[in-house]
Amino acid sequence: MSTVSEHPVSQAGTYSFEGSVFDLRRSNPFAPPDSQQEAALAGPICRVPAPRGVVWAVSGYAEARQVLADPSFSAVFSTPGFPMLDPDNAPADGALSFLRMDPPDHTRLRRMFTGEFTARRMAALRPAIEAMTADLLDTMAAAHAGGEPVDLVDLLALPLPSLVICELLGVPYADHAYFQALSRELVDLSLPAPERQAARDRLDEYLTALIRAKADAPDDGLISRQLRPADGAAPPDERELANAAALLLVAGHETTANMIGLSTLLLLDRPAERARLLGRPDEVEALVEALLRHLTVAQFGVPRAATRDVRIGEVEIRAGEGVLVLLGPANRDVAAFAAPHELDQGQQDRPHLAFGHGIHHCLGQPLARLELRVALPALFGRFAGLRLAVDADELRFREQSIIHGLVSLPVTWAEAGDAATAG
Amino acid sequence: MTAADTPERVRVSVDVDRCCGSGQCGLTAPDVFDQDEDGIVVLLTPEPPAAATAAVLTAADCCPVQAITVESITVDGG
Repeated sequence: MSTVSEHPVSQAGTYSFEGSVFDLRRSNPFAPPDSQQEAALAGPICRVPAPRGVVWAVSGYAEARQVLADPSFSAVFSTPGFPMLDPDNAPADGALSFLRMDPPDHTRLRRMFTGEFTARRMAALRPAIEAMTADLLDTMAAAHAGGEPVDLVDLLALPLPSLVICELLGVPYADHAYFQALSRELVDLSLPAPERQAARDRLDEYLTALIRAKADAPDDGLISRQLRPADGAAPPDERELANAAALLLVAGHETTANMIGLSTLLLLDRPAERARLLGRPDEVEALVEALLRHLTVAQFGVPRAATRDVRIGEVEIRAGEGVLVLLGPANRDVAAFAAPHELDQGQQDRPHLAFGHGIHHCLGQPLARLELRVALPALFGRFAGLRLAVDADELRFREQSIIHGLVSLPVTWAEAGDAATAG
Repeated sequence: MTAADTPERVRVSVDVDRCCGSGQCGLTAPDVFDQDEDGIVVLLTPEPPAAATAAVLTAADCCPVQAITVESITVDGG
């Protein structure tokens, strides 16, 4: 097995740590990374090699929930034993906002935003998301005129989440194209690290300017609301708010985009599931949950450090040891899911872990769910004959990306009477 | 307690300090759980009707921070 020193280190934090649990390659694009499936075979919790210190991989469903729910495990980089691929190049403090904080800092920051993602707010956002989706599908149709293949990633999967975040934050419509281009650069792993950092710096500048603009001229977007806390509490620090807004964008962009792309690919071969997309809302919701569990695009091991000795399964984890929670294998634990590798779970009685668990459970999950529930039926409803425009083996997937997905998805469909054409 | 041995009726309590505002309880059992403006759980009825028991147990299981406690209410007689 190669050592870390033999591998080029990208500041983006993606590694070719061949053969280890940090190696995220998937031979089956719809199943968890190969190395993680191997770790799962060794048991629900097993020790794994890491650049520094002791690291445990947790792939059991019950064990994963236990770790993520236990306050003994810290999410802070500087906690002794925090598992990192590149221990000497940790991201700047605060750059990932409350994602890498513990209580009470985590609690305070996260609670600022929980009111943005309630069921009521989602219901209020739904019409805008439907309209954005329809516009993007119109653009796809126009690009397809004459039978030209179109890239679903470029025209729907990537733009939709960033447009939705624009709506949420209150980014002016005139800035949408700039914001989309910027957010696209941020998640483009083919760009050299300095360029992606430059994109992040421009995003920070943009968000800071936006915060100042909203302070002068508030609207009913998230940023304006944050600047005027209800109960007379002090408004947040500008830097803190910009970091949190950047987290909402970064966390909610690639994840949702990759789910749209991968789900579309999976469904292209499954007419029965596609038909369910055009059925009742509860059928759409059940299919979206099955897709979330099956694909688990957040494929990096969720990192934590033990701050005291804790027993997980058969293992006594010591304070100062690191843990990586493998959500993909946990979502396919036969102890929790009867037919773990099947897409359709039928009666879904266990909650999946695609959005994590515990206090860091994905804040944006109501929005992610809403986007999927809108976009997938709209796409297959509009272009019923949707099919691949290339051979399946020509498709390119992100390599070693913390969020799994397609680089591009060239599709086509029969032109005349789109929705009326059988698949 | 699991959904398999579903009791007739349950008593529900919620820990609002633990709550992370995910709203999954309200989606699972909307007659029992709501959210306030900050997304924090509001318990609508601490002793819901028997028909809601299965949904309440599922909601408790789905809660990412296990902020929902469910106890069975012993039923006397038929």
